[in-house]
Amino acid sequence: MNEETKFILKKLVFYAFIFTVVAWIVIPIIISTLYGFALPKDYYDPKKILPTSFTIKYVKTLLITLGALDGIKNSVIVALITIAISFALGIPAGYAVAKFIFPGKDTIKLSIVALRMFPIPVMAIPLVILYIRLHLIDTLLGVALAHTAMSLPFVVLITSSIFAGVSKELEEAAMVFGLTRLGSFFKITLPLALPGLAAAAMFTFVMSWNEVFVASILTLAHRTLPAQILSIMAGASGGAAPDYYKFAAAFIMILPAITFIFFARKYLVTMWGITLK
Amino acid sequence: MKVKSSYIPYFLILPAFAYLLFFVGYPLVQALYTAFTQNGHFSLATVRKTFTDPYFWDALKYTITLAGVIVPTQVALAIILALGVNRVFKGKDFTIYALTIPLTISDVAAGLIWYSMLSPSGFLNKLLLNIGLINNPIYFFGYQYRHMEFLAIVLAELWRATSIVFVIILAGLQMISHEYLEAAEVFGADYWTRLRKIVIPLLKPSIQSALIIRTLFAMQIFGIVWILAGRDIPILAGEGFYRLTELKEYDVASIYALVIAGLSIILGALYIKFMKAEYLEVRG
Amino acid sequence: MVEVRLENLKKYFGNGKVKAVDGIDLTIKDGEFLVLLGPSGCGKTTTLRMIAGLETPTGGKIWFGDKDVTYFSPKDRNISMVFQSYAVWPHMTVYDNIAFPLKIKKHPKDEIDKKVKWAAEMLPIENLLDRYPAQLSGGQRQRVAVARAIVVEPAVLLMDEPLSNLDAKLRVAMRAEIKKLQTKLKVTTIYVTHDQVEAMTMGDRIAVMNKGKLLQVGPPTEVYLKPNSIFVGTFIGAPEMNLLEVSIKEKENGLVLEGTGLEITLPEEFRELLERYINKSVIFGIRPEHMTIEGVSTLEHVKRAREIEGTVDFIEALGTDTIVHARVGEGNLIKIKLPGHIPLEIGSKVKIVVDLDNIHIFDKTTENAVI
Repeated sequence: MNEETKFILKKLVFYAFIFTVVAWIVIPIIISTLYGFALPKDYYDPKKILPTSFTIKYVKTLLITLGALDGIKNSVIVALITIAISFALGIPAGYAVAKFIFPGKDTIKLSIVALRMFPIPVMAIPLVILYIRLHLIDTLLGVALAHTAMSLPFVVLITSSIFAGVSKELEEAAMVFGLTRLGSFFKITLPLALPGLAAAAMFTFVMSWNEVFVASILTLAHRTLPAQILSIMAGASGGAAPDYYKFAAAFIMILPAITFIFFARKYLVTMWGITLK
Repeated sequence: MKVKSSYIPYFLILPAFAYLLFFVGYPLVQALYTAFTQNGHFSLATVRKTFTDPYFWDALKYTITLAGVIVPTQVALAIILALGVNRVFKGKDFTIYALTIPLTISDVAAGLIWYSMLSPSGFLNKLLLNIGLINNPIYFFGYQYRHMEFLAIVLAELWRATSIVFVIILAGLQMISHEYLEAAEVFGADYWTRLRKIVIPLLKPSIQSALIIRTLFAMQIFGIVWILAGRDIPILAGEGFYRLTELKEYDVASIYALVIAGLSIILGALYIKFMKAEYLEVRG
Repeated sequence: MVEVRLENLKKYFGNGKVKAVDGIDLTIKDGEFLVLLGPSGCGKTTTLRMIAGLETPTGGKIWFGDKDVTYFSPKDRNISMVFQSYAVWPHMTVYDNIAFPLKIKKHPKDEIDKKVKWAAEMLPIENLLDRYPAQLSGGQRQRVAVARAIVVEPAVLLMDEPLSNLDAKLRVAMRAEIKKLQTKLKVTTIYVTHDQVEAMTMGDRIAVMNKGKLLQVGPPTEVYLKPNSIFVGTFIGAPEMNLLEVSIKEKENGLVLEGTGLEITLPEEFRELLERYINKSVIFGIRPEHMTIEGVSTLEHVKRAREIEGTVDFIEALGTDTIVHARVGEGNLIKIKLPGHIPLEIGSKVKIVVDLDNIHIFDKTTENAVI
């Protein structure tokens, strides 16, 4: 076998590998989405690997009769509140870490990361008692407050990295020409940081949208989407809902997340690189 | 009013830091209190109640076993993927995007998606039936198929969470300067030697981060198991959840939470101790 | 120790649109220290990387002795390389870094130990052997990179701007050390740099490149005193060679360089070369140190001289030398380098003495040297 054939063969194997890997990720999503829109007779027909007739009936039932629409509404509200609070707290902290040098900075940074690693059940379970006392139990605000605690470390780290990317001299130039530090922040730093902040907001949204444990524990009637789906579908052996509802549910759950990350995909690897440092 | 400028950063950080401290500190204290007191006195009654429940030991066993199977496999897979993807080729951007899609998918959704793959009328069974490889569907779910449920969970978790490790490893890989590898190439090292002697050692910090992150999260595994197996495969977070929401046993649930926390701390410390990269510690 | 021969070496990028290296023919003699000199982007690093095997040529051949190594991978070429950023592996000690090439080639352990210590002593860095790169200064890391490169006693030693990341003082010291090392080891060395001082002080021969092409190869004095093109003439030498546009005219006493405000009678032996330029424009070049100013300074070893008139426009007093900017004719500004401190007044009229045996005349269109 000469060099050129070997070269082509290597390329083929490589692309086969890439194809397999991408297919492994993408096929289950496609399948479950297709099944979510399939007619039961197609789904239960052992001869039909892929359904050929489609309906939105089950997605609709899920949304309306089974109340998924409310779940979506609740999830959105919780996510937005989470973004609002974690940004309100996190942006000043991120700015401080990025622009100031002060004793204890490294310890604080490290402890913020360590706090994120804290297991969620340990935070959520005792929280129930507190929430009952504060009448926060079964409220969207209560869930949002807990979600904020989970997303805050991430927001602080990401915003600090984004702000660090805005050159000090740009801000100093603004201050020389008459702005205060605060003014320079709002007129120079913030606008330049906007794309990164938008990506961070999208990630926070997705995190809150997907979170299930805390939401399930802290709510009863006002459930977020994952909590609701969990209670309807839990346990393949015990779940009362027929299979195709499961797939319709999966579709509703993943749609916003996938769309968001499509728009923010360029930031994904860089963001993880940042949190690593 | 002139505020001493050196206090400004502390003021800016304080709200966030205090918030986090509260949401971690308070529950921790509350959990310890609920778990270890009865009628205002220190008591090990709850601990006894939990430890005598067979579900607890099953949950402990399954949580650790799942982590032990899933996490190393994920790290190995992620390294292979990252190495494969870290070169120039057509469709690189799309491939990386595709590989990171699972990052956006919740564990509940992932469980549901894999149900569509593995259910009796699911994709895998239909495919195999129609090719003729099997005559009856393979059952992945149901109490009597517990070992298959375990397999289903492993598959679903591998699918969902390898992306996290992949992103960490890829970021670490991209930080390794090309010239280190070129120098090794010039001095005689072939691909596998370069991999062993240059890439993997320099990747150690990323691998360590990934292992810590994934193991800690594996201790809290919940949604995916709940969807695919319910209580057939008990896990620590699931039992805690069940005790709290169904039986309203706050104290027992707190024990479960503390066990998760304890395991996390022990494992985290072990990783840090045994995976020190000496060359990072030294400073000129 | 081998002779390296490049045969019509080419490297094109982007489907032939970018011609990084455009047909280089060059022979580097066994044991020679050859410097590839040129501005950024001229193709010198690409050429070096092709010799290393890190880039595959688009065309042409590379010979090590009588072996065609054009498509050999780096590890099969028996070469060593010092990278611009040193590429000293951060996770290995200095000892392990230097020992790496030997370990790969599976040398026995005691032999490795002997060779590592030998290489370390040459630099000398024996006291740093168990440190990690993070603990070393830039200069020390550079020495590790060099030690690593010589420890295998390669057939060809390649260096890619190894001194450019060092501060000025260290650079001067390392220049001498590397040259001494190479003279001792007698290994064929190809050294890439954009710094012409480095090239002049270190090279046995200099190969000047620009835009992917090899312009001139020769010993430093030859490239300096007899540049074959405007580019080579101006690239080497600081301050830069003076260039003036003049025409060749036939006058009673012979051929004359005529420009605004200057007239230089040329010796008869130039006639043959300049025959076809009579009544045409050419570029006249003269280095600042090949002129002097009458009355205030002298030029040594001048056999023939001519005079032109000028007005002092500006003076740079450097301490060791003085650079006089003089206006000749209308608008032509030339620089004259005089040793020592020469006090002159701005605006004073001076007589500039030109060393006729060191003038250069370049064809205006091809920019090649005629004289």
